[in-house]
Amino acid sequence: MAKKKETDAIFTPIGIESGNNGQIEKSVDLPDPTEKSHKDLGLSDDDAIKMFEQMFLQRRFEERAMQQYQKGKFGGFLHLYIGQEAVSTGTVHALNDDDDIITAYRDHGWGLLRGVSAKSGMAELFGKATGCSKGKGGSMHFANVEEHFWGGYGIVGGHIPIGGGIAFANKYQENDRVTATFFGDGAVDQGALHETLNMSQLWNLPCIYIVENNGYSMGTAARRHTVNEIHERAKGYGMKSAVFNGMDALTVYENMKNIADEVRKDSKPWFVEIRTYRYRGHSMSDPQKYRTKEELKKYQEIDPVERMKTYLIDEKVAKKKEIEEIEQRIEDDILEAIEFADNSDFPKDEALYEDMFADTPHFHDRK
Amino acid sequence: MAELQFREAIRDAMDEEMARDERVFLMGEEVAEYNGAYKVSEGLLDKYGFKRVIDTPISELGFAGIGVGAAMNGLRPIVEFMTFNFAVLAADQIINHASKARYMLGGQLNTPIVFRGPNASAGQLGATHSVAYDSMYAQFPGLSVIYPSEPDDAKGLLKSAIRNDDAVLFMESEQMYGLKGEVSDEEDYIIPIGKGKIKREGDDVTIVATGKMYHIAKQAATQLAKDGVEAEIIDPRTIKPLDIELIVESVKKTNRCIVVDESHPFGGLASEVGFLIQREAFDYLDAPVRRVTLPDVNAPFSKPLFDLWLPDAKEIIDAVNAVTYRK
Ligand SMILES: Cc1ncc(C[n+]2csc(CCOP(=O)(O)OP(=O)(O)O)c2C)c(N)n1
Repeated sequence: MAKKKETDAIFTPIGIESGNNGQIEKSVDLPDPTEKSHKDLGLSDDDAIKMFEQMFLQRRFEERAMQQYQKGKFGGFLHLYIGQEAVSTGTVHALNDDDDIITAYRDHGWGLLRGVSAKSGMAELFGKATGCSKGKGGSMHFANVEEHFWGGYGIVGGHIPIGGGIAFANKYQENDRVTATFFGDGAVDQGALHETLNMSQLWNLPCIYIVENNGYSMGTAARRHTVNEIHERAKGYGMKSAVFNGMDALTVYENMKNIADEVRKDSKPWFVEIRTYRYRGHSMSDPQKYRTKEELKKYQEIDPVERMKTYLIDEKVAKKKEIEEIEQRIEDDILEAIEFADNSDFPKDEALYEDMFADTPHFHDRK
Repeated sequence: MAELQFREAIRDAMDEEMARDERVFLMGEEVAEYNGAYKVSEGLLDKYGFKRVIDTPISELGFAGIGVGAAMNGLRPIVEFMTFNFAVLAADQIINHASKARYMLGGQLNTPIVFRGPNASAGQLGATHSVAYDSMYAQFPGLSVIYPSEPDDAKGLLKSAIRNDDAVLFMESEQMYGLKGEVSDEEDYIIPIGKGKIKREGDDVTIVATGKMYHIAKQAATQLAKDGVEAEIIDPRTIKPLDIELIVESVKKTNRCIVVDESHPFGGLASEVGFLIQREAFDYLDAPVRRVTLPDVNAPFSKPLFDLWLPDAKEIIDAVNAVTYRK
């Protein structure tokens, strides 16, 4: 057999738009946002204001967390959710308070909307005993199980089957709860997703699997790691699917509400792709050479927090002054949270051996 | 001798082997366009192109297995894991296939593959990102496990690993990537797999330590010397095959032994060395072998707890004091 040309054997991921020889050229294509007003969607003025508050809380909490990290107040990884706040906010409003949520390590926003106070969140980042996970988990493992937020997880794709299991238990217990499992676009290439989708469809689990496609998994643009549109993977499992804009909280609300209502009614799983954008690096150590400043700017122009603010003012839901008051109150709360975290104690040495077992603890060769 | 960072020594080893043998290629998450999550593969894409430096999706099981298949079919893959903590997802391919294919098929083929990447914790990364896996993989027949502590060892051993016809796990400590050291500039510098090294001579106690733990042991030894205790430090460099003869010879001289092991206490390198010494050098021992390991609990995030969790020089000094009956 004739030897093929050198260029024939190239294993660069060329993804959806082929022929580009592996050059990064991804930005997320955004479907249009909803044209409906909050009232059309059945939300009150207070709900809409609340949505803004929640987005601003997440944004400012993380901006401040970043400063504290840079000051050396804590270590480890810090993955910021900045830019994606409309996804968590729209979802939390669309779901019932006892519907279940589980997510990956970009989890601060989810925690803050599901009962992790700014204080207990900041304290967790600082590794303090007063943190939501007692300082044992840090940035990647915020959780508030009591309010049905099952936590953030650090192994990419690792928590997807767990989400399926939570849904399985809900169905088993016949409690009408819906489980929303969130993960990044990078996680869709893990076998765990495929095994879980198959079983979820097979057993009609009441769950929604949501890809928060923020354009990149670390330095890899989505188009470089997946051969088809992500939401189309649902087809292989005969699963219902959707793709929509994640830079607008009302759009997320509208879609997630409809989907959750359907899941609750017929207990058939959904696979959803929400397109959004991450403004910061993958984590604090990322030089971000894989994207252009122009691309980033393009998304910052449609910033979800600013968008909601403008909407509230334009629709005369709130006055500029009221908004400023809200912002100030949140700012104050967060500064107070930093003080709280600073002044809290680190866990005691004994805590190293606590929380390992529910039953009689056993340790091998304890010194 | 050239002064190189740990990451540079590893890169040079890969570069030299890729230049030498067309069958060698590198694949893993972010190894090509991003130049490696820890910049270990920096520049290799420019030099060898997309055919031989390959970015993969986050599909550990899949790409590890593709590596194994390619190795069976005549290539010599280097598979980089972003850390061995994530390689757990690929454990089936490593444990059930890379290590067993040759044997199951009666020696009809080879599996010349190197799985490499950071091992253990970089500090405060929480429970899923902090585990050392060298001892675990050493449990399985058919696999070699290397955990070097210095750039020179890393270079010579990685070149051996790439030329090895069986599966090798090559573990690097993330915290050591920036560590500088003298590296031989001998052309084609090779260190055989399975040969340990006496890194510090001493008569009073033998300390066995690999990877990052070697550096902690060195700190302890410096401290102990001020107190008049001369520790001999042995870095086995390869966890498996293990250079037990070298350790036993040293124990026959010092009559005491401490093993420092970055994994949990149950069934790891420390237990294995302890067992072999009592079998091979029982009559020479003046004190029971002691081990310094992680406790039998998961990694905590909080800084003070994390520091308590990880073995430190003080724990080693305490162990030395115990076996020398000094305090
Ligand atoms: C199994 C596994 N492989 C690799 C990693 C390292 N890693 C952490 S995050 C990440 C990128 C994931 O991107 P994506 O799923 O899109 O989530 P995003 O960060 O965009 O929210 C990688 C490769 C990991 N944590 N787990």
